[in-house]
Amino acid sequence: MLLSSLVLGTAAEGVTHINYGDMFFQLIVFIVLLALLKKFAWGPLMGILKQREEHIANEINAAEESRLEAKKLLEEQRNLLKEARNEAQSLIENARKQGDIQREEIIATARGEAERLKEAAKVEIEQQKEKAVGAIREQVAHLSVLIASKVIEKNLSAEDQDKLINDYIKEAGELQ
Amino acid sequence: MNHGSPDFQFLGLWFNAANLLMITVASLIVFLIAVFATRRLAMKPTGMQNFLEWVLDFVKGIINSTMDWRDGGRFHVLGLTLIMYIFVSNMLGLPFALVVNEKLWWKSPTADPMITLTLAVMILGLTHYYGVKLRGPKAYGGTFFSPMKFLFPLKIIEEFANTLTLGLRLYGNIYAGELLLSLLAAGLAHQGALGLIAAAPLTLVWQAFSIFVGTIQAYIFTMLTMVYMSHKVSSDH
Repeated sequence: MLLSSLVLGTAAEGVTHINYGDMFFQLIVFIVLLALLKKFAWGPLMGILKQREEHIANEINAAEESRLEAKKLLEEQRNLLKEARNEAQSLIENARKQGDIQREEIIATARGEAERLKEAAKVEIEQQKEKAVGAIREQVAHLSVLIASKVIEKNLSAEDQDKLINDYIKEAGELQ
Repeated sequence: MNHGSPDFQFLGLWFNAANLLMITVASLIVFLIAVFATRRLAMKPTGMQNFLEWVLDFVKGIINSTMDWRDGGRFHVLGLTLIMYIFVSNMLGLPFALVVNEKLWWKSPTADPMITLTLAVMILGLTHYYGVKLRGPKAYGGTFFSPMKFLFPLKIIEEFANTLTLGLRLYGNIYAGELLLSLLAAGLAHQGALGLIAAAPLTLVWQAFSIFVGTIQAYIFTMLTMVYMSHKVSSDH
């Protein structure tokens, strides 16, 4: 007992008992504390930690998903843009081609029209020339007859008359 | 310095009233800290919740350093309660001691070998319990004969040595700390003005050191608990 009191050190002089009661009390209080803390403190705390862990995991997954989706959308938009650009390019190209064709057509039509007008004018000119020549000829004949009658009204020798007739005949023959 | 203890006998068992008081106070403080810190739990932790979560992680780290979390997860609550209770107990005796009628009433409960040995016996008892529960009686019995059969007596001694060292290490550190504090505060400080001047800085320094020792001892007790536990429950040992 002396040894134990020396070793265990609690003992003041003359104390020869060991406080088994304290042991039971400590044991019971510790177990009660353990149970209470588990129920009121550690349990909820671990619960919230787990919840947070899940929350973070979910958030990471969601972020990953939205990242992939954004990537997909970006790719889609890029493709759409490229398509639209190509389409615009082809539209411009088509319009240009169409314009060229139309220009050629218009030019050709205009050229044809001009040709036609030129032809018509030429024909007209020809006709007018014919007409004018005809008129002149008539006029000349008329004047000739007039001159002739005037000449005839004058003295006309036989020889002159012959000569005149012959000239006329010749002339007429040439004109024919 | 060498004060008596307020012992009394009840139902044939001896009790130390000071121990009962201090055990209750320590348990109450731990309970209140833990409960107040976890009253308003939030996904975004603030203030005390942060602190308790840090303690939680710290104990988790201790367990993870000794065994697989699959085995050790069940001891998380035990480790948390142990480290908090022992830390608070170690701190209780530091600010002052209360002596009424030559009886020491206010002290660290862990400055009593009966208390620390109770905790140690409880821990060793739990290691045997979980050893049988998790690995089966056969594998559990086998640990006493591995790696060599003739080591059996040593293994038996080891169990008692573990219990004694676990309890007495804590007791010795805390008791020595408080003894020196009481020598300084109640002894040296009463030897006139010079003694008072000399005692003040020494007490200050020794209190700071005792805080350090108390913290370290709480950590060591929890750490060793998990080490002994892992010896019994981990199959790779």
